[in-house]
Amino acid sequence: MAEKKTSMIKAGLVLGLFSLVGIGLVSLTYFVTHEQIAENERLFLLKNLQELVPHTLHDNDLLADAIKVTNTEAFGQDKEITIYRAKKNKNLVALIATPTAPDGYSGSIKLLVAIKKNGELMGVRAVSHHETPGLGDAIDTNKSDWVFSFDGRSLSNLDSKYWRVKRDGGEFDQFTGATITPRAVVKAVLKTLQYYQANKTELTDG
Amino acid sequence: MDNYKQILKNGLWENNQAFVALLGLCPLLAVSNTVINGLGLGIATTLTLILSNTIVSIIRHHVGNEIRLPVFVLIIASIVTAIELTMNAFFYELYLILGIFIPLIVTNCSIIGRAEAYASKNPVAASAIDGFAMGTGFTAALILLGAMREVLGSGTLLANAHLMFGEAARDMTIHVISDYEGFLLAILPPGAFIGLGLIIALKNVIDKRLKEPTKQTVQLPLTPKKA
Repeated sequence: MAEKKTSMIKAGLVLGLFSLVGIGLVSLTYFVTHEQIAENERLFLLKNLQELVPHTLHDNDLLADAIKVTNTEAFGQDKEITIYRAKKNKNLVALIATPTAPDGYSGSIKLLVAIKKNGELMGVRAVSHHETPGLGDAIDTNKSDWVFSFDGRSLSNLDSKYWRVKRDGGEFDQFTGATITPRAVVKAVLKTLQYYQANKTELTDG
Repeated sequence: MDNYKQILKNGLWENNQAFVALLGLCPLLAVSNTVINGLGLGIATTLTLILSNTIVSIIRHHVGNEIRLPVFVLIIASIVTAIELTMNAFFYELYLILGIFIPLIVTNCSIIGRAEAYASKNPVAASAIDGFAMGTGFTAALILLGAMREVLGSGTLLANAHLMFGEAARDMTIHVISDYEGFLLAILPPGAFIGLGLIIALKNVIDKRLKEPTKQTVQLPLTPKKA
């Protein structure tokens, strides 16, 4: 009996020792890499944002001037989303919202939507999605020009009832064999524009 | 020396983890849509196999039988997490593409399989070589399947090579078929299953041929000639 007890304790100690060594290894790697990882994430986000609002148009640090808002209806997610603000000489040039279209063909589609101060779209990009390769992934800029069809649109130059794909009687092309993806994106962009219009003063202040 | 040669042959061909043992199929099928994705996951898996086999072999006399599996899991999980962080830091865009499949290396059965079946019973050097051989065999499978699917699916080879080899490799992409419309099935998951099936079939045919090459030459002289 006593022998069994010692062997159990020994086994526990060995397991504990290996846990400690494992934690040590992971912590050490984290310690060495975490700055580089944070920097990668920052640069990647900045690259995406500046594709929409080129650095010639703003002189502030986009990542530093961000506001957090929560509006499930407009942004498709019940958690806080970030809105980045581009400014030149302290005047607001554009906002970049980060909505999610929850109703893509394969899960949600994360978007960047850049809106000029006057409510006109500067551009839309899909940053992450799982749409079918060859069909729904035409929302990517390297697959087709579709996403550029938002450029220059606004609620004032296109009535909200035409913010649909052509099959639903709207203005935007659908893709051959894939209507669900563009439908989801158009809807998410429209909601973001409507949110901007309704909350313009709070969003553009400061 | 012969022993090491046999280990290599075992990992690359006779007991290839993907084509013979049929282990680690989930990442194999999911990530083999291009050569570069396959190569990225293959290298990460190989590294994990070498490290886990080596460590398991070093501690093989000090860990009791009852707790050896949890200890192996701890070792493998720590190694994979360290590799994931390193990839996140130095190959960020490739890391974004491979995504969940890097942490999922932990669940690749071939890794705990080799730890249990080989490294826990063999000396350190042989275990390390076994890890290298098994990993290389798995990587070769990923590259082969990746190449097949990439050529058929999008008409290119080595697309996105810059994610792994830096900006200079951007021009490494080979357009095998120009103005290709793409064959969707090859890129989608069913294409992976069909491709894997074809490769396994081909390997079986080659193995069969290698086993009975003399049959015909022996039989011929025995055929009696009827005048």
